[in-house]
Amino acid sequence: MSRLAARALVCRRGPRTVLESIDVSFAADQVTAIIGPNGSGKTTLLRHLAGLDRAAGGDVALDGAPLGQLAAGVRARRIAYLPQGASVYWPLLGRDLVALGRLPHGADLGRPLSALDADAVERALRRVDGLAFADRTVDALSQGERARLLLARTLATEAEILVADEPVASLDPAYALDTMSVLRAEARCGACVVVSLHDLGLAARFADRVIVLAGGRVAADGPPDEALRPAIIDAAYGVGFRTVVLEGVTQPVAWSRRP
Amino acid sequence: MNRWLLVLVLALYVVSLAVGPALWPWRLGNEVGWAIVWELRVPRATLGLLIGGALGLSGAVLQGWLRNPLAEPGVIGVSACASFAAVCAFYSGLAAAFTLALPLAGIAGAAIAVALLMTAVRAGTGTVSLLLMGVAINAIAAALIALVLASSPNPFAYQEISLWLAGSITDRDLRYLAISTPFMVAGALLVLGAGRGVDALSLGDNAARSLGVETGRLGLRLTLGVGLMVGAATSVAGVIGFVGLIAPHLVRAKVGYKPGATMVPAMLVGAALVLAADILVRLMPTAFELQLGVFTSLVGAPFLVYVVRRARSAWLAA
Repeated sequence: MSRLAARALVCRRGPRTVLESIDVSFAADQVTAIIGPNGSGKTTLLRHLAGLDRAAGGDVALDGAPLGQLAAGVRARRIAYLPQGASVYWPLLGRDLVALGRLPHGADLGRPLSALDADAVERALRRVDGLAFADRTVDALSQGERARLLLARTLATEAEILVADEPVASLDPAYALDTMSVLRAEARCGACVVVSLHDLGLAARFADRVIVLAGGRVAADGPPDEALRPAIIDAAYGVGFRTVVLEGVTQPVAWSRRP
Repeated sequence: MNRWLLVLVLALYVVSLAVGPALWPWRLGNEVGWAIVWELRVPRATLGLLIGGALGLSGAVLQGWLRNPLAEPGVIGVSACASFAAVCAFYSGLAAAFTLALPLAGIAGAAIAVALLMTAVRAGTGTVSLLLMGVAINAIAAALIALVLASSPNPFAYQEISLWLAGSITDRDLRYLAISTPFMVAGALLVLGAGRGVDALSLGDNAARSLGVETGRLGLRLTLGVGLMVGAATSVAGVIGFVGLIAPHLVRAKVGYKPGATMVPAMLVGAALVLAADILVRLMPTAFELQLGVFTSLVGAPFLVYVVRRARSAWLAA
């Protein structure tokens, strides 16, 4: 069933059109990976899906209703968003950082959390395997540990839709694999997960569906095996890809500068 | 912690009523003693309490909102603009002709600065443009104050203005209290309810918005609140620097660096700092009473250097 849908979505930045008439919808129980070269409009699309930007044309609909008509607080409970290169500006305690994900449910860090909120924080920490460093301040953590807590912050909202912008961009392979496993587990539990990725190998392995963006348009949309064919991604990235099959999963490998 | 801070503030308030050329004035048991209490000490101590609270709270709000531990009410130019307007009131002779012209001008100046800052907030261009706008307002206000001082034909006016700029709560009567209190209280009420929004901003603007915080509206609310508090405080007391910078630093670690939870204790610490400083300037054996603003700068600036050197680089760099 489709939950979130971009309908004829157009976005302009000054004179430049970043997204041209995007029509995509996202189903529950699925991880949808958005891939495409730098500047192809991935971040812009995700920001619109999360309701942060106003479209120049078309709209984004949540269960059929335009996102713009939803109150900010309601939207925040239904769509959790992890920005690209997310940062933390104060050396908060890990647990407090995750508790920020409960703000849409009325939590206040100035007071003790309700049992409901505290449970959600605990669950989120457990899902990212972050309980071990939840009681340390975030400035004392490695980048990978901090990224886990930021992901846990997003999970703590327990929203039905999870939008993550390049959550594995600066993580080592172990953290990257863990993060993708967590996202897939969320989808298995019924969430609608939309994630932008630069690592096509991870997209091939962990996504149920891949959308290839190029020049602000959808170049392909389908199961990883179809969308990640060299014929499509060669043109999108301007790079020659080759493929290897590992344990039944086709992995694209960027091989030559010329397609 | 808040309970102990409240006890400290109340204790300092009582000491502030007691200390001065006449110690424990109510013990005189006559009309003069009570006149000293009601007409000199109560306005002075109450202004110290309110102005200190307003500055400490404003500092905590600005630091949380701008995500910068070095932000200060003075940074966004509201103090400077209020000072300039008050200087104009001195220069034009309005302040001499009509006592309340001075605080009224200060509040008007603050309102102008807030209006200018609101344009930066409305444009939605973020923290950097707001800080730059503050820097520009500060620079313009400082230059205009210098211009007014340089063209003052009356050397006494020059002296009066210089003294006022240095910041003090000496000899402010109940009328000053009456005109500044409503603005400071209104500003405090506006910002005190915004703790959750400021907490969300710990994750940056985009994440805060995704958490349902309408950051534009929050910015307007905080700009207005800080403008009211700092404008009213500056208009009656001149520039009392560093309180807004130091107070949040003193309490932040105790509340786990949560910016929303920093606000109330920073307000109490701000009140305690100004009350204590104002008591100390009365007790110091100087030829004439040292200006409160000069004293807070003398103590505050080295403290700032200490805080900066000690601060964990991770969050100072952010």
